[in-house]
Amino acid sequence: MNWIKTQNNTVININEIPTLHIDVLRHEIMNEYRHNKRAIGFFGVKNRLFTVLADDFNSQILVSSAKFFEIKSYSSLTPDIPAFSMFEREFFEEFNIEPAGHPWLKPVRKIENYNFLKSDDEEVHEVAVGPIHAGIIEPGHFRFLCRGEFVENLEIQLGYQHRNIESLFLQRNKPLIHLAESVAGDTVIGHATAYCNALEALTNTNIPEKSQIIRAIALEMERIAVHIGDLGAVSNDIAYLMGTSVFGATRTLVINTLLEICGSRFARGLIRPGGVAFDIDQNLSDKIYSMLDSILTTVEIIIDSMFSSSSVLSRLDKTGIVSKETAHEIGLVGMAARASGVPLDIRADHPWGSYKTLNFEKIVMKSGDVYARTYIRYIEIKQSAQIIRDLLAKLPENADLLTQISKPLSPNSMVISLTEGWRGEIVHTVLTDEQGNISRYKIKDPSFNNWNGLALAVKGNGISDFPLCNKSFNLSYCGNDL
Amino acid sequence: MLEFVLMIVLLFLFPFLFVGIINRTKAFWGGRQGASIFQPLYDFIKLFKKGEVISSTTSFIFNIAPSVTFTSIIFAGLLVPLINQKSFLSFEGDFILFAYILALGKFFSLISAMDTGSSFEGMGASREAGFSTLVEPAFFITIASIAALSGNYSFQSLFLIFNNTGELGILIILLSVLVIFMMILVEGCRVPVDDPNTHLELTMIHEVMVLDNSGPDLALINYGSAMKMVIFSALIANMLHPAVFLLIPIIIGTLESTVARFRFSRLFEFIFLMCSVSLVVLALTMIALYENPVGLIK
Repeated sequence: MNWIKTQNNTVININEIPTLHIDVLRHEIMNEYRHNKRAIGFFGVKNRLFTVLADDFNSQILVSSAKFFEIKSYSSLTPDIPAFSMFEREFFEEFNIEPAGHPWLKPVRKIENYNFLKSDDEEVHEVAVGPIHAGIIEPGHFRFLCRGEFVENLEIQLGYQHRNIESLFLQRNKPLIHLAESVAGDTVIGHATAYCNALEALTNTNIPEKSQIIRAIALEMERIAVHIGDLGAVSNDIAYLMGTSVFGATRTLVINTLLEICGSRFARGLIRPGGVAFDIDQNLSDKIYSMLDSILTTVEIIIDSMFSSSSVLSRLDKTGIVSKETAHEIGLVGMAARASGVPLDIRADHPWGSYKTLNFEKIVMKSGDVYARTYIRYIEIKQSAQIIRDLLAKLPENADLLTQISKPLSPNSMVISLTEGWRGEIVHTVLTDEQGNISRYKIKDPSFNNWNGLALAVKGNGISDFPLCNKSFNLSYCGNDL
Repeated sequence: MLEFVLMIVLLFLFPFLFVGIINRTKAFWGGRQGASIFQPLYDFIKLFKKGEVISSTTSFIFNIAPSVTFTSIIFAGLLVPLINQKSFLSFEGDFILFAYILALGKFFSLISAMDTGSSFEGMGASREAGFSTLVEPAFFITIASIAALSGNYSFQSLFLIFNNTGELGILIILLSVLVIFMMILVEGCRVPVDDPNTHLELTMIHEVMVLDNSGPDLALINYGSAMKMVIFSALIANMLHPAVFLLIPIIIGTLESTVARFRFSRLFEFIFLMCSVSLVVLALTMIALYENPVGLIK
């Protein structure tokens, strides 16, 4: 056996993971890719390279590894499987082992001494944007090569937010949940859920059913809040004033409900290892119901007038297209992938907690343009509202919320925790050593996969449509930089 | 005397209110209370009290350009008839000076944007230059048609023909109003052509050209572009009714609240449309002159 099979949030013993020669591993990965597997992890630990593949059709996860002691390079996977590009660049940056034949071995997070792609053509001019931007957004540098108004190439340089957060997770006796909540500021619930699921799996803790439901409700509320905010942001970029003001006000209703639940508009402090820290009682549950009714009415009215306005459609339609083939090839995940027709959704493919009990249908659109990425948000808002209603109906009264985690982490173990945040799949992989301490904490935010999608979407479009494409993806800088 | 005072108020104070009314209208449609309609005036005073930051890569052009542009707009304002077809200055062919004095101002704002050496501002300058090339013929075709119709070549007497006109004349007026209104949107950098509120350097046209300006220079630039909108509104007011001065900012505000900005590559279609309408004005004028060679005035 060259792979060990596991599932979402299931602990495996590190010693049981096969250790292959790196060339054999490469061959195995290629073989599995032919059978519709895809990479969700490719990272080094000491002298061992771990590869984690997801089998979305059978809800399984495949893990294998290779020793890379005393080797300087290996034959790159990227020319055959472009989705490995980012993973191999990251691996090269951290361990300095060269994937020979990689077409573009640019550092992922290191900023110094990098020469941007240049063009010899005299007609092509460079436009440099950032890392400090005019709006209140995170830092990132965009280098455009433009022919007149049209973008020939976009190079994205990130890493300004690098906090080395993965190694901060190795600290002992610290409340790591606060770190997990800060991996990406707009996905507090998504990352906190992934962390808690991993920790609970490693300590073999079963958390109360009620807290599972509350976690799922919170995750869907986060999705609704961010999606509505993004609809407003897209409206703002095309100067559609009505959308900007109404969506902005509607988002506040959602995050204020989170505030009522746990005292934080971004739900910091709600999710804790062992369950949740705050209850949703009958009173709050009624409030959530009426909040959902009122936001859905508002959103529907504005969406109706927005998507029947020709001036709006002319901006969104066929702008920043990522085709299904491209999306599949570069390994796009989450909402952006679904907008391009790639049906990936962890809630359906690798369900956890309350999602195991739900009838969940993936929402997929075809066109892969800004229109699709905007409209899919609207449909997902409706779907999430329905999920919340279903879950609220199941909410038991006066049940336990939090179980104490007292047991130590199981030693020599590995667990892969997958969550579908609003942006896409969040992967937290945790490895422990002989004493049961965390020896490696690997995070993959969906932004890590999707930044390349943005760079490709912009190609051939007008440079003035870049902000719109960017908003339609709304990727996280710190989620990528870690 | 009263008329003279009114004209001064209209030219020098009304621009602030013009922008204030647009913003207030947008606030109304957005369900907000909005700032006072005198806010642009307060901003102007505030900016005038501030210091200036001037990039070390710029030359003297960057320093003089805002003043040159502003002066050129005031000069144009002196030529345009404001109330009762009266302007401060008037002579034969003044509308040609009007167009080119504005073009001079624009030229200086273009080279001042290039002077900063910023890639954004160069981009803005090239966009603005592209639009101006197309706006100019539309303006001349329209105004020259009216001039031919009236047999007069000064701004003041140009619009007199509209006081007493037939059905063809009404058609010409309406189409000319449409051309001038579209020109206000282009020259005033309003939605759907440009977005005056955006913070996105890559999509801006006019705003991106003045990114490096600050303090009094920025105050003059903002004041100047507001004044330009009033000047073009004056052309419409002369054709229709003085109430237009209040109506136009409300229409612009409503338009900005309900329509999204055009995709950049389609903006040229909008400007070509403006040119085409001006050609229709020309055609109708020729028909009118053929039917009644002395013009509609008789």
